[in-house]
Amino acid sequence: MNFALHINGFVALYIFMLAAFAGWVIIGQVPAILHTPLMSGSNFVHGIVVVGGLFALLNASTQPEQIIGFFAVLLGAGNVAGGYAVTGRMLAMFKPSTPNPTAHATPAPKG
Amino acid sequence: MIIQLSQLLIGAINLIAAFLFMYGLKRMSSPVTAGSGIFVAGIGMVAAVLASFLYAFTVEPAAQPFLEINLGLAVCALIMGGGVSWWVGKKVAMTAMPQMVALYNGMGGGAAAAIAGVELFGGKATGITALIVTLVGALIGAVSFSGSLIAWAKLEEILKAPMRFWGQQATNALVLLCTLAVGGYIIFILKTGATPLLTMPHLTMLFFACALLFGILLTLPIGGADMPVVISIYNAATGLAVGLEGFVLQNPALMIAGMVVGAAGLLLTLLMARAMNRSVSNILFSNFGTVVKQTQGDIKGSLKPAAAADAAIAMRYAGSVIVVPGYGLAAAQAQTKLYDFVKLLTSAGVNVRFAVHPVAGRMPGQMDVLLAEAGVPYDMIFQLDDINNDFKGTDVSLVIGANDVVNPEARTEKTSPIFGMPILNADKSRHVYVIKRGQGKGYAGIVNPLFYEDNCNMVYGDAAKVLGEMIEAIRGLTKAAA
Repeated sequence: MNFALHINGFVALYIFMLAAFAGWVIIGQVPAILHTPLMSGSNFVHGIVVVGGLFALLNASTQPEQIIGFFAVLLGAGNVAGGYAVTGRMLAMFKPSTPNPTAHATPAPKG
Repeated sequence: MIIQLSQLLIGAINLIAAFLFMYGLKRMSSPVTAGSGIFVAGIGMVAAVLASFLYAFTVEPAAQPFLEINLGLAVCALIMGGGVSWWVGKKVAMTAMPQMVALYNGMGGGAAAAIAGVELFGGKATGITALIVTLVGALIGAVSFSGSLIAWAKLEEILKAPMRFWGQQATNALVLLCTLAVGGYIIFILKTGATPLLTMPHLTMLFFACALLFGILLTLPIGGADMPVVISIYNAATGLAVGLEGFVLQNPALMIAGMVVGAAGLLLTLLMARAMNRSVSNILFSNFGTVVKQTQGDIKGSLKPAAAADAAIAMRYAGSVIVVPGYGLAAAQAQTKLYDFVKLLTSAGVNVRFAVHPVAGRMPGQMDVLLAEAGVPYDMIFQLDDINNDFKGTDVSLVIGANDVVNPEARTEKTSPIFGMPILNADKSRHVYVIKRGQGKGYAGIVNPLFYEDNCNMVYGDAAKVLGEMIEAIRGLTKAAA
């Protein structure tokens, strides 16, 4: 059995098409209130590039490849860690008003 | 055997990771589940990174002797890059979020370009398709890298004025053509085996230099106000570059995650541009914000200052209040004070809501984040389309540090630079109070006739100071009544 992947041009196009459609649909339903965390969240997701960097670095066999591969992993890791840190901080702030019923936007008689 | 097992595990874990990324993004589509969404995506990321160490068992024969060094380098890079970014990301202020996103995004683009660099320097990309995809990914990644760094420097106010010179667009086009020409020459040399004019590493470096220069030149002339849209474009671009390099490395997790972000970023960019009533090409290639020709009609009425205490008491005895926050609120760091004031009003029975314009703050949705940071529950925060018809029946609108987003000229004045931009109808409410630092103009540099309307009063001063006075006034009332 051989589990190595071989993605040729057309298969790649199918993957790209479906992934692009999925991204468009997923983001299309996000309310404007979450746009900044979402931009940051999608920024975190493309940090997966660090995996590609690791692959390139582990397969490096010359010094230039090693140096550039090192920077690929360094930058990718920065993308991942920073993206997660800021997105997590932003999202942790969104709280509903249910614990505090007085703050709920219901019309009340004048005081 | 170990090779096949590694490949099986890597394939399976990457598949799960790709699913978790999409599922995580889906959960971010509602404030209720958003927090767990990033956590789900995070699990996928950790699993994918750990699994990629299994690549150690599948390395090419040529790289075998270097495996230990490479593994050491990989661990060092992960700890250094991840550690510094994590630390900075945890302690940076919420108002600095846009530039942090720009910075992290630039890193991602740089990583994608570097992967392409390894492939090119190692001569690993063979076949015309793989070569073209590598070079296109490298170009997009490098432009995203240098462009995002310029965007970061502009938002951080290291670079202040937009830099423009004669023939700029022609220069940019020329640099892009050079990049494409060098890229085409690289493909030509590799496919025909002809003797190149420069050595291959030099050609590759020239290609990257041109691409990086193009990213810088493209971003330099764009003003700070447009940076959010630019960051969003580069976010999509990095996603695309990651997806393309994923194809080169035959890694579907990279392809899927990259392309999902590419499409999502494109949609977000279009939403932002629409909120600003401008096309994306207009933002990228025009000179917004330098010279705005003032062709304004006569303004009737006068500016009527009001004391903070009077405004506060008027709101205390109103039935309904809509607060319109703008970047001035964030600049004065007055979000918490504002929410304290609003809590006083709601406990007195006033119906208070927040109306947030899509481009309030420096990034779409940033104002929502800043309000959330102050503790405002998200069900008190309303977006433009949901609340705009309610201004009509509202007693008081309180505009804080916002200007262009409530300028009624956008509806009527065809010559105005903001004509056609959707605005919050604060002028339709029975009374308007505007908290403003001084008599200056907004980002677009135009006078706001709303401030001269009969039903509008200006409360001048720093937002934090004014809100403090308002809180005092209401507390004073309560004490007097008791």
